[in-house]
Amino acid sequence: MSEVATTPELTKKDFVSDQAVRWCPGCGDYAILAQAQKQMPTFGRKREDFVFVSGIGCSSRFPYYMNTYGFHSIHGRAPALATGVKIANPDLSVWVITGDGDGLSIGGNHFMHALRRNMDINILMFNNRIYGLTKGQYSPTSEVGKLTKASPYGSIDIPLNPPSLALGAQATFVARTIDRWQKHMAEMMERSYNHDGGSYIEIYQNCNIFNDGAFEPYTGAEKMDNVIELKNGAPMLFAKETKGIKLDGSKAIVIDMEKNSVDDVLIHDETNLDLAHIIANWTSNPDLPEPIGVIYSIDKPTYNQDMVDQINFAKEKKGAGSVQDLLNAGDTWTVG
Amino acid sequence: MGKTFKTIDEAVIRFAGDSGDGMQLTGGRFTETTAIVGNDLSTLPDFPAEIRAPAGSLAGVSAFQLKFSSKDIHTPGDKPDVLVAMNPAALKVHQKDLIPGGTMIINTDAFSKKNLNFAGYETNPIEDGSLDDYFTVIPIEMNKMVTAACEGMDLTGKLVLRTKNFFALGVLFYMYDRPMDATEAWLKKKFAGKDAIIEANTASMHAGYNYADTTEIFTTRYKVEKAELPPGTYRNINGNLATSLGLLAASEKAGLGLFLGSYPITPASDILHTLSSWKHFGVKTFQAEDEIAGVTSAIGASYSGSLAVTTTSGPGIALKGEALGLAVMTELPLVVINVQRGGPSTGLPTKTEQSDLNQALYGRNGEAPMPVIAAATPGDCFFAAYEACKAAVTHMTPVMLLTDGYLANGSEPWNIPDLDELESIDVKFADKPNADGDFLPYLRDEKTLARPWAIPGTAKLEHRVGGIETAENTGHVSYDPENHHRMVMLRQEKVNRIQNDIPPTEVFGDGHGDLLLLSWGGTYGASRSASETLQEEGLKVSHVHVRWISPLPKDLGEILINFKHILIPEINLGQFLRLIRSEYLVDAKGLNLVRGRPIGAATIVEKVKETLG
Repeated sequence: MSEVATTPELTKKDFVSDQAVRWCPGCGDYAILAQAQKQMPTFGRKREDFVFVSGIGCSSRFPYYMNTYGFHSIHGRAPALATGVKIANPDLSVWVITGDGDGLSIGGNHFMHALRRNMDINILMFNNRIYGLTKGQYSPTSEVGKLTKASPYGSIDIPLNPPSLALGAQATFVARTIDRWQKHMAEMMERSYNHDGGSYIEIYQNCNIFNDGAFEPYTGAEKMDNVIELKNGAPMLFAKETKGIKLDGSKAIVIDMEKNSVDDVLIHDETNLDLAHIIANWTSNPDLPEPIGVIYSIDKPTYNQDMVDQINFAKEKKGAGSVQDLLNAGDTWTVG
Repeated sequence: MGKTFKTIDEAVIRFAGDSGDGMQLTGGRFTETTAIVGNDLSTLPDFPAEIRAPAGSLAGVSAFQLKFSSKDIHTPGDKPDVLVAMNPAALKVHQKDLIPGGTMIINTDAFSKKNLNFAGYETNPIEDGSLDDYFTVIPIEMNKMVTAACEGMDLTGKLVLRTKNFFALGVLFYMYDRPMDATEAWLKKKFAGKDAIIEANTASMHAGYNYADTTEIFTTRYKVEKAELPPGTYRNINGNLATSLGLLAASEKAGLGLFLGSYPITPASDILHTLSSWKHFGVKTFQAEDEIAGVTSAIGASYSGSLAVTTTSGPGIALKGEALGLAVMTELPLVVINVQRGGPSTGLPTKTEQSDLNQALYGRNGEAPMPVIAAATPGDCFFAAYEACKAAVTHMTPVMLLTDGYLANGSEPWNIPDLDELESIDVKFADKPNADGDFLPYLRDEKTLARPWAIPGTAKLEHRVGGIETAENTGHVSYDPENHHRMVMLRQEKVNRIQNDIPPTEVFGDGHGDLLLLSWGGTYGASRSASETLQEEGLKVSHVHVRWISPLPKDLGEILINFKHILIPEINLGQFLRLIRSEYLVDAKGLNLVRGRPIGAATIVEKVKETLG
C-alpha cells in the first residue's frame, strides 16, 4: 500500500477550544454552542477556513469557545466586521454570533445592510428577549409591559419582529429555531451553511437568570399546540396535525382538521416572499402558532461574488494595471 | 500690436463666480496648462458646502486661487494680483482680498439690479467709481461676447452662456501668455460625442483670448518663466489623488490586497471614488452603511490579511472612535485617514482646518495609543500615506494619517517617484506555530514588539482576538491587574518604537537662532515661505516641519532648545502647541487663526517680526 496523506476527519472535539465556558449554568447558549461544535465538522471543510465573529453580549463570547478563527468585536458591529473578513477572503466560511440587543438594537443598521447586500455570511441571532450581560434591561424584542430594573412600571417599547425585519431588508434566507430543539437547530445550521448568500437564523434562547421561561409556550409539554414547524412543500399542519392554517383572503386563520380537508390547508413555499411576510407576522401572535423553520430561502447573486466578478471584468477590459504607469498618468513634463 | 511683455517671478490669480459658473473647472484648466509650461504652482479651491446655493447669492460664491512662479513656491499665495469676478456676489466676497492696484476682470452682464441687490450693493460698483481708485477694473460684457462667438451653433442660449467661464479663461491665457492646445484637447476628451459643446467652449475661449489681444485695455502681458525644479518627470497632483496613489503603491510594494471601507463624507469622498475606479488593480472598495461599518469592515479585512484602510473626515473619526480602540487592542494593521475640515459638529465641510489633532491623538477611551502622521503638501500625501501603510503593517498597529481640505483639493507639481526606489514594505504572514507546536498570537517581535499576523485559512494557527483585555502572549481573555498594566505599557512602547523609523529632523536654516517656526500638516508651505522671506531679510529664523506627531521624532527636543523663541502656526487654538509645551517644557507660542482657510505666509512673517520685537 502506498502512503496516502489524508486529512483526518474532524470531529466535535476539534472545534472545542481550551477556554472554560463562562455562561451561567442552565443558559440556552450551551446548547447552541454544542450544536455548532457538532455541526461544523460535518460540513467537510477545513477548520482553519471557519471564522466566527461576534459583537458584545452574553452570546458574543461564543467565538472564544470555538477552536476556529474568531473575532470578538464591539457592540453591534459584527456583521460589518464579518463583511470585511468575507470580502477580503471570499473562500472563508464566516459566521456571525449576535443577540437581540447586539444585532437588533445597537447593531440594527449593520444587520439590515449585511442582509440587504446578500453578503455570504451566516448570522445566528440568539434571541432571549432581554439584556443579559448588563443584568436584565428590556431589549428590542421584549414584550410591552416587561418589568425590568430599567422599566419598573413596565416597558412601553413596542418589540420588533425579527424575521419581518430581515425580510424587509431583502434577506435571502430567513429561519427560526429554538435552543431546546437540538435536531432542528442542526438542520437549520446545515441549511444556512449550504445557502449561498446571507443567511439569518433566529434562535429562541432561554435566559434562565433574567427572562426564564420566555419561550416556555414553545418548549414545554404542550408546545406542539403553539408552534408550527415549517416544511417546504408540505401543508401547514400543527398540534399533532389536529390543526391547520388556511388563507382567508390574505389573512391566515387556524382551522380544525377534524372539520376540514387537508386540501384547504396552506402549503409552505420557501421561495414565496409574500407568503414569507405573512408567516413572519405570526410571531408572538396569540391567534396563530409560532412559526419555526425556514420561512424564506431564495438564490440571488451575492455581494462577495459580484465584487470578484467586477474585479475580473475590469482586469479583462483594461488589463491588470501597472502602478508605475498610473503614477505617470495624465499630463506630465520633464525637468533636467 | 502696442503690447509690452513684462517678465515677472510669480503671479496669483483668483477665479470667482457663482457655484454654477464653473470656476473650479476653469481654475483646474489654467492649472494644468500652467503645470505643462513648467511653472511651479500651488492651488486653493474654495467652494461652498451647498451643491447649488441660490444663484447670485453670497453663500453660493465659488472660487479658485492659483499661484504660479518661476521659483520654487510653497503656498497658493496670500492676495491675488488678478481677480476674475463673474457676478456681483463674487466681487463682493473677494474684492477685499485683491492687492492694491490689482486687476479686476468683471463680467458686467451679470450686474443686473437683481444680482446687485442680492450681493448687497446699493449702487453698481463698476459705475459708481468706488473701485477705480484702488484697482484696475476691466469690465467685459461676457454674455454678449460668447453669444456672438457661438452664433449659428446648434445650442440653446442657456448652454451658450455656460461657456463664459471659458471666455474668462481665454482672457487669462492671453494675459499670461499660455497656450490653449491642452485645454482644447481636454475639451475634446471630456465632451467626446458632444461636438456642439466642444465647439462652443473652444470658440468662447478663443474669443476671450482674441478680445484681450485686440482691445486696448490690456496694455501689458506677463511672462512667468519655467521654474527650476529638481530633475524628474512631473505631473500636477492634488492631495486626495496623491493619497490614493500612496495607498495603492504601498499595497503593491507590500504584496497585499488593498481594501477600503468608507462612507461618503466631504472632503474625503474623492479617495473612495478614485480607489473604486482602480478595480483592475484588484482594489476592493466597500461603500459601507455608515462610518462605523467603514472602519469595522476594514478591521475585518485586516484580520483576513488585506492592507485595510478607512477614509473620512473629523465627524467620521468621532463615530469610528470605539472601533479604533478595537484595532489598537487587537493589534491589527489599519490605516485611518482623516481629511480634516472645519469643525466642530458639521462645522465647515468644504473648508480646511487642523483642529482634529487632539482627536487623532486622544479621541479614544482607555490608553489607546495610535501613531499619527500628517502630510505637509498635496504631493506629500502620497509619501505620508505610503509611510502610514508601512508603519501599520510592520508594527501591527492602526495608524492615523491627517491631511486636510486644503491639501486634499489643492494641487502642486509633483516629481513622480519611481516605485522601485521607494522603501520596501516587508510583510510575512505567520505560517506555523511559534511556541513548541502551539501558536501564541501575542508573542512579540523583539525589535518592534509587533505581534504575528496570522490570517484565517492558515492551518494550525486558529486563534481568537477581541476587544477584551488579552493575556500577554496567549491572547486569552484576562482580567488580571498585573497583566493589564503590562499590556497597556507594551502597546504604548510598541508605538514609541516607530521613532526608530523616523529620519533625522531637518532644520531649514541655522540650527541655532532667535526664532524657530515649528509647523505640522498643511501649514508647512506658509511656514516655509515665511522663513525664506525672513531669512532673506537677515533674520535668524529657522523652520522645522514635523510629519510624525505620534511618536514625535527623537531629536526634536534637542533642536527646540537652540532657539530663543518657538512659534507654532496652526489652524486651531494651539493643539500642537500644547503637545510641544507638555512634551518638552519649552515656552513655545502659537499663531492660531481658525477661519477655514490656510494661514498666509505674510501673516506668519508679521507675527515673527512682532515676536522678535
